[in-house]
Amino acid sequence: MTAIGDVRRRRIDELAARAGQVPEGEGGVSLTRSAFRRLRRNPVAILGAVIVLVFLVVAAFAPLLAPRDPLAQTLLSEIRPGFIPGATAGFPLGADELGRDLLSRLVVGSRQSLLIGVVSTVLGVVVGMALGVLAGAFGGWVDTVVMRFIDILLSIPSLLMAITISVLLGQNQYALMIAIAVTQVPVFARLLRGSMLAQRGSDYALAAQALGIKRGRIVFGHVLPNSLSPVIVQATLSLATAIIEAAALSFLGLGDPDLARPEWGAMLANAQPFLSVRPELAIYPALCIIVVALGFTLLGESLREALDPKFRR
Amino acid sequence: MIIEDLPPDAADRSGRPVLEVDELTVTFRRRGEQPTRAVDGVSFAVAPGETVGLVGESGCGKSVTSLAVMGLLPRRGVEVGGSVRLDGQELVGAPDRTLRGLRGADMAMVFQDPLSSLNPTVPIGTQVTEVLLEHRELSRKDATAQATDLLDRVGIPDPARRLKEYPHQLSGGMRQRALIAMALACRPRLLIADEPTTALDVTIQAQILELLRELVVDSGTALVMITHDLGVVAGLCDRVHVMYSGRIIESADRHELFARPRQPYTGGLLASVPRLDGVRGAPLHPIRGSARDVIPWAEGCAFAPRCDHAQDDCLTEVAGSTVPLEYDGPGRELRCRHPLEYPRSPAGATAAGAAR
Repeated sequence: MTAIGDVRRRRIDELAARAGQVPEGEGGVSLTRSAFRRLRRNPVAILGAVIVLVFLVVAAFAPLLAPRDPLAQTLLSEIRPGFIPGATAGFPLGADELGRDLLSRLVVGSRQSLLIGVVSTVLGVVVGMALGVLAGAFGGWVDTVVMRFIDILLSIPSLLMAITISVLLGQNQYALMIAIAVTQVPVFARLLRGSMLAQRGSDYALAAQALGIKRGRIVFGHVLPNSLSPVIVQATLSLATAIIEAAALSFLGLGDPDLARPEWGAMLANAQPFLSVRPELAIYPALCIIVVALGFTLLGESLREALDPKFRR
Repeated sequence: MIIEDLPPDAADRSGRPVLEVDELTVTFRRRGEQPTRAVDGVSFAVAPGETVGLVGESGCGKSVTSLAVMGLLPRRGVEVGGSVRLDGQELVGAPDRTLRGLRGADMAMVFQDPLSSLNPTVPIGTQVTEVLLEHRELSRKDATAQATDLLDRVGIPDPARRLKEYPHQLSGGMRQRALIAMALACRPRLLIADEPTTALDVTIQAQILELLRELVVDSGTALVMITHDLGVVAGLCDRVHVMYSGRIIESADRHELFARPRQPYTGGLLASVPRLDGVRGAPLHPIRGSARDVIPWAEGCAFAPRCDHAQDDCLTEVAGSTVPLEYDGPGRELRCRHPLEYPRSPAGATAAGAAR
C-alpha cells in the first residue's frame, strides 16, 4: 500500500517538475522553420523541388551542359522535303527543321523560359504587394481607389492584356517580362490586401494597439508577416503560369526577336508546320513547359499545406 | 523590479482616483440601422491599488467599456460620450498620438485569449521588448535584459530561453503570464484585465489571479477586472459594479455584495453559481431567458422581462425618468424598484414570482 503510494507520489513529483516545460529540441523553432520541416516530409514537395531544382541547374549551367552549339545548322544537308532526321549518333533528340541539335536548343532554351518566368513573377509580386500593403494598411479611400484599379486590371483577360502590353512596349524580352508581370499584379494585391484586412482585425493587432505600438510598426512588424504565407504560395504557383504565358506569347510571335536565344514557346511555334513530318519537334518543348510548370505547382501546393496552420502538427 | 523601484507615494491608497469614468456612453451607428447604445451612462472610479470588478453576462457592455477607456474603439461608426480621466487627464476625444503614448505606458490591458493576443510569427522576446522600446528610451540590449527580468517576475522559468520561443511553444498559463509581463512592462498606473482567466483551466486561473494581485495591487496600480466569473470577484475585487444591458445596476463592496445582493439580477447571478457544499443532485438556479430578452432602459427596467420580482411599475417610466441608480446605504448604489430585502422572506419572493 505504502509502496504504491510512494510510486504515485514520485510520479506526481516528476510530472510537477516537468510542468510548463516544452519538450527538448523544440526550443526557438520559428513558424517558417517548422513549415520547412513539414515540407521535407512531404513526398509531393520533394518531387516538386527536385523537378524545379533540375531545371534550375540546367538553366544555370546551360552552356556547359548543351552538347553542341544550339545555333549551328550541322544537319542541314540531311534535311529534305518531308524528312527531318531523328535521333542519330551525337544527336540524341535529332535535329530541328533547320538542322540544329534539338537537345542543345532545349537546354539553352530553359534559360530564357525560366528567366522570364522568375523576373516577371518577382516584378508582379513586388508591385502587387506594394499596392496590397497600401490598400490593406490605410483602408478608407486609399483602399477604394487601389482596389478599383485592381478590379479594372482583373477584368481584362490576362493573355489579352499581356499581348496588348508587349505590342505597346515593342518586341523585346523586357517587354515580355513587364507584360506578364502586369497580369500578375492584381492577384497579389488582392490576396495581400484580403489577408491583411483579416489580420488587422485580429486579437494580437488589438493587443499591440493596446500597448501603444505605432501603426507603422503594427502593420509591418505584426500584420504583414502574418499575411505573407498566401502570397508566398501564390508566387510559386504564379511562376508556373508565368512560364506558360511566356511560352504562349512567344508562340504568338510576341517573344524575343533575337534568334540567338532559343526559347521553348518559340520552338513550339516553329514546329507547327512540321507536325506531320516530325511531331517530336513540338512534343519536347511542350513537355519541358508542362514538367517545369508541374514542378512549381507541386511545390506551391505543398507549401500551402505546410504553411497552413490547420495542417500544423 | 516592478515593485521595488516604485516612487514612494505610488502605493498610497487614499489619493485621488487613477481612473474616473463619468457618464460614459458608447453608441454604435450603422447606416440604415437604429443606433445601438452599448454603454449607457456608466460611472465609476478606481483608486491606486484598488481592484474594481465589472461583472455581467456576455453582451452587457463590459468589454466595450474597457475598450472605450483605452480609446481602442474604431472612430468610424462609434460615438463615445461622457468623460474618462486618467490621473485627471481627459481621454475622451484626446488625439490619437496622446492616447498611443498613454497606452502601454500609463494604462495597459490584458485580453481574454492569450494565444490569439500574441503574434504567432514573432518570438515572445521581441514582443516584450517592443513595448519597452516604444515607451522607454532604452538600447536593445537593456530592453532585452529588462524583458528577461519581467518574464522572471511573472513566474516564467528559464526566461532567457523563453524569450526566443514562439507563442505556440508556450502553455496557456505561460502565454497569459507573458501578456501580463508585456502589459506591466512600463509599470502602468491602470491595468484593465478583460476576462484574463476565461481561456485558462481552473488551476492556472488561481495562479494568474494571484499573480495579478501581487504585481498590481501591491504596487499601487489601479486594476479594473472585467469578468463574468463571480469566483474571480470574490477572490480579487474590492469593489464590484454589476452591469446589465449597458448600465450599472448595482455597486457595492465585495463583502456586502456577496452577503446581501439587492438587485434580483445580482441575486440570480449568485444563485446560479454551482455550489460545492450544496446537496448533491439539487437543481441549479439559472436566470431565466437570455441577455437578449431586454427592453430599452427608456421604457423601464431592462432586466424586468427576466426578473422574478418584477412588478407592473418596473415596466413603466416614472416622472419621465427610467429606473435611476440610487443611494442604497453606505457605499452602495442600486438601480431597482423592488430590490431583495433582508432578512429574506421566501414567501414574498414566491408570491411575486407566481403573480406574473
